[in-house]
Amino acid sequence: MAMRFDLLLPLLAILVKVGVVLVALLTAVAYAVWLERKVVARIQSRWGPYRVGPHGLLQPVADALKIFFKEDIVPSDADRVVYWLAPFLAFTLALLSIAVIPFGTSITIGGHTIPFQIADLNVGLLFVLAVTSLGVYGVALAGWSSNSKYPLLGGLRSSAQMISYELSLGLGVVGVVMVAGSLSLREIVERQSGLWNVFVQPVGFLLYFTAAIAETNRVPFDLPEGESELVGGFHTEYSSFKFAMFFMAEYANIVTVSCLATLLFFGGWLGPVFGPPLLRALLPVLWFCLKVFCFLFLYIWIRGTLPRFRYDQLMAFGWKFLLPVGLLNVLVTSLILAWRST
Amino acid sequence: MAPLFYVLATVAILAALCLVLERTPVYSALSLIVVLCSLAVIYLLLGAEFLAVVQVIVYAGAIMVLFVLVIMLLNARQETSTDRSRLARWLGAPLLLAFLGEVIFAVWQRFPPETAPAATALVGGPRAIGELLFRNYVLPFEVTSILILVAVLGAVVLAKKRL
Repeated sequence: MAMRFDLLLPLLAILVKVGVVLVALLTAVAYAVWLERKVVARIQSRWGPYRVGPHGLLQPVADALKIFFKEDIVPSDADRVVYWLAPFLAFTLALLSIAVIPFGTSITIGGHTIPFQIADLNVGLLFVLAVTSLGVYGVALAGWSSNSKYPLLGGLRSSAQMISYELSLGLGVVGVVMVAGSLSLREIVERQSGLWNVFVQPVGFLLYFTAAIAETNRVPFDLPEGESELVGGFHTEYSSFKFAMFFMAEYANIVTVSCLATLLFFGGWLGPVFGPPLLRALLPVLWFCLKVFCFLFLYIWIRGTLPRFRYDQLMAFGWKFLLPVGLLNVLVTSLILAWRST
Repeated sequence: MAPLFYVLATVAILAALCLVLERTPVYSALSLIVVLCSLAVIYLLLGAEFLAVVQVIVYAGAIMVLFVLVIMLLNARQETSTDRSRLARWLGAPLLLAFLGEVIFAVWQRFPPETAPAATALVGGPRAIGELLFRNYVLPFEVTSILILVAVLGAVVLAKKRL
């Protein structure tokens, strides 16, 4: 019986981890929306949501209830299968990449060491990039299947934008991979114990962060949604729960991108650790969450500050500025590394 | 691992059939993505994590996005069937079956099932692949990249007569 328990515990640990991470992520998504409304309101000298609960803290619950009871409208000429598939795809992919994100070192329960990570792939970084690269389909298919002009235009724009900025995103990360000599997110963080990568790869960080804003379709690169031109972009025809899935996917992607920025450039969970064993295990998670929170705040700050790019400016910026800078960064980094190793 | 392999293989074959038989271009493209992704998971089962992820990034995440983009740009809804040639109608299926049989026979003879390497014996890490590519196969690798560059330039010249 004891042996069977031994076999069961890792499985149980994985299930618990999946549950905890999913609940934490969805809560983070809900409150990222609340935070955004509050912060943008402060930037614009307003109060933001204030009526539901203290400081509007229950606003996400009210919003969720409201959106569940909305009528689910499908355009009569829509391609029903793809129309249903698109939000599902967007949401699933947005949740998937959190599986390889490490939140802290590990915790020991009853002789078992359980790492704060669902799956430790040795190519974890590439896995996140792969899932991100599939994220285009949700947006593109939603635009196409609605069979309506504004969603189609929004979908086309976003596909072009996401393909273009994926390159700069990848190139920004290549420098970090070369410095760390590994594609495992855990190892990349552990290599930063002396100096955070943001100081080693400042250009790489700026590239990554700029491209990441474009990948998640946020201001100032929110062309796929551009309300003043495209009504609402790719999700114009979506309502009720399907719309909510796109909405949650967008914020889940923002959380993932912030997590990745923290891991790659800001030392992940590294920070001062002290106290009894339990505190030692949990403090890294706290540092990680704090850093991610700073990135979420930065995202909202940028949204409240910058105007939207014009579409041709966006494309020119991606291809004629970010991409060459990324290539140059890779070249310089590899030259320095080669010079050092000789 | 074997049951998982059969599930994925079935998915891949069904999706491939769907890709050929489906009349709506977008569905065909989506089926192809399913084929590519199930192949990636098979690589993952074999322990080749790097190859699996690269398969998803390059094929499903980049090439197929362009396919879908083009289908959306042309707004192609339904394929219209052309008058197939009589030769293809009568000889197509038998010739295809003969070819398939030949390939299966050749593979079976070359690699009998009992000689299949153990799944754990594969080393497919980025370092191993990188060393193979940049040491043993540098020339083919570089020539291929130049070929692709030439093809891209050719496509641009053909599509944009006036730059």
